Amino acid sequence: MAGYRTPLARVRGLGSAKDGTEHFLRQRVTAIANIFLVSFGILIIVRLAGADYLTVRRTLAEPLNTIALLLLILSGVVHMRIGMQTIIEDYVHADGYKVLALLINTFFAVVVGLASAYAVLKLSFGA
Amino acid sequence: MAETRQGDARPLSPHLSVYRPLINMVMSILHRLTGAALYLGTLLLAAWLFAAATGEREFNLLNAVFAHPLGKLVLVGYSWALLHHMLGGLRHLLWDTGRGFSIPAVNALSWATIIGSITLTAALWTLGLSLAGR
Repeated sequence: MAGYRTPLARVRGLGSAKDGTEHFLRQRVTAIANIFLVSFGILIIVRLAGADYLTVRRTLAEPLNTIALLLLILSGVVHMRIGMQTIIEDYVHADGYKVLALLINTFFAVVVGLASAYAVLKLSFGA
Repeated sequence: MAETRQGDARPLSPHLSVYRPLINMVMSILHRLTGAALYLGTLLLAAWLFAAATGEREFNLLNAVFAHPLGKLVLVGYSWALLHHMLGGLRHLLWDTGRGFSIPAVNALSWATIIGSITLTAALWTLGLSLAGR
């Protein structure tokens, strides 16, 4: 049966990289998550306006706030990494620079995300 | 096949500078610009969390930097970029459902984004500063 199929029919649906919609969807999923997580984060920070150090520590260490902040960090860095990747792919066309920029983009997202998560966990576990 | 040789003088289609700015186009550019700004802005949040996790001296030091007029300006800009990008994102999510593509709707949504982000930023800082001064 496969022998009768045209070359076009055989490649149809495979796509160029087979994961073309993955970034699109992930950007939307994290965008929707960010609406809630960013709003919650803003509320935490506004509530802490002018608060002293101990109050800030205690507030950030509350379980709900810690979990929300960790989710915000995760969803935030995934979202920003995809966004910056799109910008790089739009404007940087030389292969070497593009690969380098994409690599730095990934490293930046991972480092910022992990450092922020570390700080939140340290606050929460009271070390 | 997709490779282009760098340095060849190739004809380019007219870009941004030849068009009269339209509100929808300005909002599109601002969405990308605020997104890029927020990318760097994560460093502010990371620094704040890190300072809080490190100790009182470091936390107060960072807060003093944030309290400086220039620091405040950066924070106001950061919060506006965040709210603007969020409202712009809501507009894009609406468009993703296939709604709101008529020209009047596009213009109204674009104006709502910029007016909304400025209003929300002003409200946020009014609330924050009044809480800080309690």
